[in-house]
Amino acid sequence: MHMADALISPAVGGTMWAVTAGLIGYCSKKVKDEMDDQKIPLMGVLGAFIFAAQMINFTIPVTGSSGHLGGGMILAVLLGPHIAFLTMASVLTVQSLFFADGGLLALGCNIFNLGFFPCFIAYPLIYKKIVRINTTLDKAEKNIIAGSLIAAILGLQMGAFAVVLETFFSGISELPFTTFLMLMLPIHLAIGIVEGLTTAAVVLFIWKARPEILNAASSSAPIGASSIRNVLIGISSAAVITGVALSWFASSNPDGLEWAMFKTAGIEELEAPEGVHSSLSKIQEKTAFLPDYGFKADESEKTAEIMPEQNESSWPAVDSGTSVSGVVGGFLTLTVAVGIGFIFKRRKTNE
Amino acid sequence: MANLQNNLLDIFYIDTLSSGGTWLHNLDPRAKVMTTLIFVGTVVSFGKYEIAMLIPFLIYPAVMLAWAELPVGYLVKKMVLLMPFAFFIGIFNPLMDREILVRISCVDVIESIGITKLIDIIGLLDIIGLKNGIGIIEISGGWISFLSIMMRFCLTVGAALILICTTGFDSVCLALQKFKVPGPFIVQLIFLYRYMFVLIDEASRMVRARQLRTFDARANMKFSMFAPMIGQLLLRTLDRAQRIHLAMCCRGFDGHIQMIRKTDFGIQETLFTAGWSFLFIIFRLYNIPVKLGEWITKFLL
Repeated sequence: MHMADALISPAVGGTMWAVTAGLIGYCSKKVKDEMDDQKIPLMGVLGAFIFAAQMINFTIPVTGSSGHLGGGMILAVLLGPHIAFLTMASVLTVQSLFFADGGLLALGCNIFNLGFFPCFIAYPLIYKKIVRINTTLDKAEKNIIAGSLIAAILGLQMGAFAVVLETFFSGISELPFTTFLMLMLPIHLAIGIVEGLTTAAVVLFIWKARPEILNAASSSAPIGASSIRNVLIGISSAAVITGVALSWFASSNPDGLEWAMFKTAGIEELEAPEGVHSSLSKIQEKTAFLPDYGFKADESEKTAEIMPEQNESSWPAVDSGTSVSGVVGGFLTLTVAVGIGFIFKRRKTNE
Repeated sequence: MANLQNNLLDIFYIDTLSSGGTWLHNLDPRAKVMTTLIFVGTVVSFGKYEIAMLIPFLIYPAVMLAWAELPVGYLVKKMVLLMPFAFFIGIFNPLMDREILVRISCVDVIESIGITKLIDIIGLLDIIGLKNGIGIIEISGGWISFLSIMMRFCLTVGAALILICTTGFDSVCLALQKFKVPGPFIVQLIFLYRYMFVLIDEASRMVRARQLRTFDARANMKFSMFAPMIGQLLLRTLDRAQRIHLAMCCRGFDGHIQMIRKTDFGIQETLFTAGWSFLFIIFRLYNIPVKLGEWITKFLL
């Protein structure tokens, strides 16, 4: 479920960072306003509890694999959505820094996928609608199980769907949208069932042992329909704004920027007082943005426009000469980069 | 459980590494956080078929590892253990994207190395029949983007690990505080980190106690056992949180954690951040490996 930096584009990562930063700011303000911030130790320690609880595994019958407590749902039930979201965000930050579980740029995506959906969608709109604590004992028990199960499953399904969307929009992975979706959703259905059952079991235990904790949690963080609407409006507008801004950069960056580079640099080279052949080869060097491998169809058309005379072969942008120099240069750079590291290290040890 | 205990040991070890005394460790955390973010941003900003231009970026982890005197083997091992996720998503690329992007023919390789000047190797190849068709290596776009994904993975994960190994978690939080990240979130992060060790210890004591008393000594328990275990842990946690809260109130906690540490963003920090950023931008704009390669091959010819 944790996305890695390698698979997302800066536009997607940046957008989700902006959205998540907005959410963290909103929740922090909410926590400051509505609850005295002296209670913050409670949420910090409960974040640590999530880590500790994941040490305790149980055997899933039949399959023989093991399961453990998930994060978002139980926190939302115990702490209310705002604190739960902050706690999830901190848990994911620690995971990304220490276990490299999900990267730094992908942190925004991960917090959103694993925090936003359970805390702000599944908990208020599903769990709270099903579970009402002030009913008879039998009924409340059934409600808690049903509510946790449905909310956990749907929360995770939404998260998994978001992972697929973000991966798809990043365009790094070649996995087709539907195939990836068909892989992710069933896997997370299974995980969701386990998370739902564990959440229900723990909530039931707490409800029987110390009911006042749950009552306090459900009453201390009142979250009405209007506040959810505000959150959703805020988030979607932030997403649209940053998305548009960043995608403009993204579309102008890899192609447009290099296109501009070619235009300026290429013209300069043409004016250089050298033979026709050498300047042509230099244009070629400039146009080979992706030197050891050519372009995909649309980009190779661009090159064809630039240099029609060099376009005799059926592989317009693929030129073995630059490929070879690319490979040679690549190895050299690699050696130099690692070599510099070694030199520094050697010097250190000599000192 | 074994897994998490290993993770805990890992965190302890990283904590030890981050308390090292090199000048890099003493650098203001803001400089390191900013540089890491710029590094990750530039690395992921390349198109998906980019390999060559990613190579120069290796200089950052290489130099940082040397400067900080970090154990290279440990970090490489950690990275390899983390690799499967990126690997399994990335491995679909060669399956889906089979369009040939690169063709390297042996003839051209030989020509460019410049042996042709010595022997008429092309003529020889022509005789054997290698000149046309045979001896051409074709690589599909999928493999290239797969390799690119793995390189991005190593670079970004490496940068994050180096950040935490040279800076330590508290200092990262301090940097975030200076960057105006909301206060409650910072307090949350610091508490989480502080009590993670305590609670993981508590959980492992509970698990061990059960294992010692049960006839079913496997590490994993049945679900009927699991719920009360977690519930107990949760109740203990809540009690502990209450005690901590009261103790902190007694000592005058007002919702902010005061961190006393030397922080000034001086010349050294500015040079560090600006220097690396400049280098990353150069790497982003100019294809250094190809330039170098062309120069070398030209020289040989």
